[in-house]
Amino acid sequence: MNWVVNNFGLVWSLTLTQVALAVPPIILGFVISLPLGWVANRFRLTRGALLTISGLLYTIPSLPLFIALPAILGTGILDPVNVVVGLTIYAVALMVRQTADALASVDPDTKQAATAMGYSGWSRFWKVEFPLAGPVLLAGLRVVSVSTVSLVSIGSVIGVTSLGYLFLNGLQRDIPGEVISGIVATLVIAIVFDLILVGIGRLLMPWTRADRRLSRRRVPEVPPVVAVNA
Amino acid sequence: MNFIVQGIQWIFDPARWSGPGDIQSRILEQLAYTFGAVAIAAVIAIPVGLLIGHTGKGRDVAVSLSGGLRALPSLGLLIIFALLIGIGFKAPLLAFVILAIPPVLSGAYAGIEAVDKRTVDAARAMGMTEWRVLTKVEVPLGAPLIVAGIRSGVLQVVATATLAYFASGGALGVFIDDGLATRNYVELLGASIVVTALALILEGIFALAQRLIVPRGVTAGQVKDVRTRPVRSRSTMGSPIQEGK
Repeated sequence: MNWVVNNFGLVWSLTLTQVALAVPPIILGFVISLPLGWVANRFRLTRGALLTISGLLYTIPSLPLFIALPAILGTGILDPVNVVVGLTIYAVALMVRQTADALASVDPDTKQAATAMGYSGWSRFWKVEFPLAGPVLLAGLRVVSVSTVSLVSIGSVIGVTSLGYLFLNGLQRDIPGEVISGIVATLVIAIVFDLILVGIGRLLMPWTRADRRLSRRRVPEVPPVVAVNA
Repeated sequence: MNFIVQGIQWIFDPARWSGPGDIQSRILEQLAYTFGAVAIAAVIAIPVGLLIGHTGKGRDVAVSLSGGLRALPSLGLLIIFALLIGIGFKAPLLAFVILAIPPVLSGAYAGIEAVDKRTVDAARAMGMTEWRVLTKVEVPLGAPLIVAGIRSGVLQVVATATLAYFASGGALGVFIDDGLATRNYVELLGASIVVTALALILEGIFALAQRLIVPRGVTAGQVKDVRTRPVRSRSTMGSPIQEGK
């Protein structure tokens, strides 16, 4: 505990670095996988191909990926871009399948009703399919957020500073408190990100909450009806 | 791309395959961590997962626990064990067991949960005891998902086992440590390619095993499903009589 009090400034600035490295992959992963997921859901041929590729990409271990990216991108090995690109690849790999599943979960009758009401393909996607796929997309995004936040620290092995610095430095100097503070800070970031995502979900998709309230209100109304019938 | 060719040459350099610290013993260490940790995790998590899936109790606890464990940074976990237990193979193994538990656990309870409840009720109605319902009905039908859980545990550990060198625990990360210390990028890349290849091979083996484990009764039932779902739902097509008017 003492170590944290004395080094709070360091932990705080590393936490901010970790956040700065984790946010772009989460957002980029979501944005990139939307069209890919749509294509994967739309055509049977692309579905197999895209899901296989994303599965294989997700299989690549993170440290090797961070090491190999400079050779592929031509960046320096210490460049934080490697970590951001690597984590974006994982986010896309996870989200393409999730987006395809989310779009597949929209009731086909609802889509036809929208077409019948005169929606064009583009506006039907944004006004009907995308919002209805929202809950499944959000579930995927939450998984992406947690895994991205915890993977950022691996980048410190190849010299991209983040909370992982506390792990390596704590190991060298034999300070368990330093390592634990790094772990706790990572968990706190993951929890805060998760709460933010859930909050955004509630704001943008109020119907998921309203449903629950409705069903709760209905429950007590049932017994009297049964009693009258009896 | 030139570097990648050099990395592959590094792997197949005869010097890599002989003498102390040769690449095959590092690969074996990596695999020993992987299967050792996942085996221990399976012994702990599968019975718990089956219990949760069968009774439906404690599901929320299991979901939040496995979600929370997923957020743990693997590097931090490994290093804190190295500091507390001491260096060697035990600290990494313990860390990898903890990493492997969430996927194995959620695979086990999801597998049992996914079994059709009517099938389970039918088994009970036929007079099966709860134990036989679990072992003869739920486990065989849930097996593909249980194996999927083990598969993602294996994948997680085979990747993370590279970090065992932080606790002086050997495995393929030793080459990465050496490559970082001597600024030898080709060695880093070579070791990375080996780790990636290992992960892809294990993934392939498990993907195959997952297909083979589906019970014969289930695959026989699937044959009837050759007709795909109509593109338009029936309500919009109307009945033939209406269309003939």
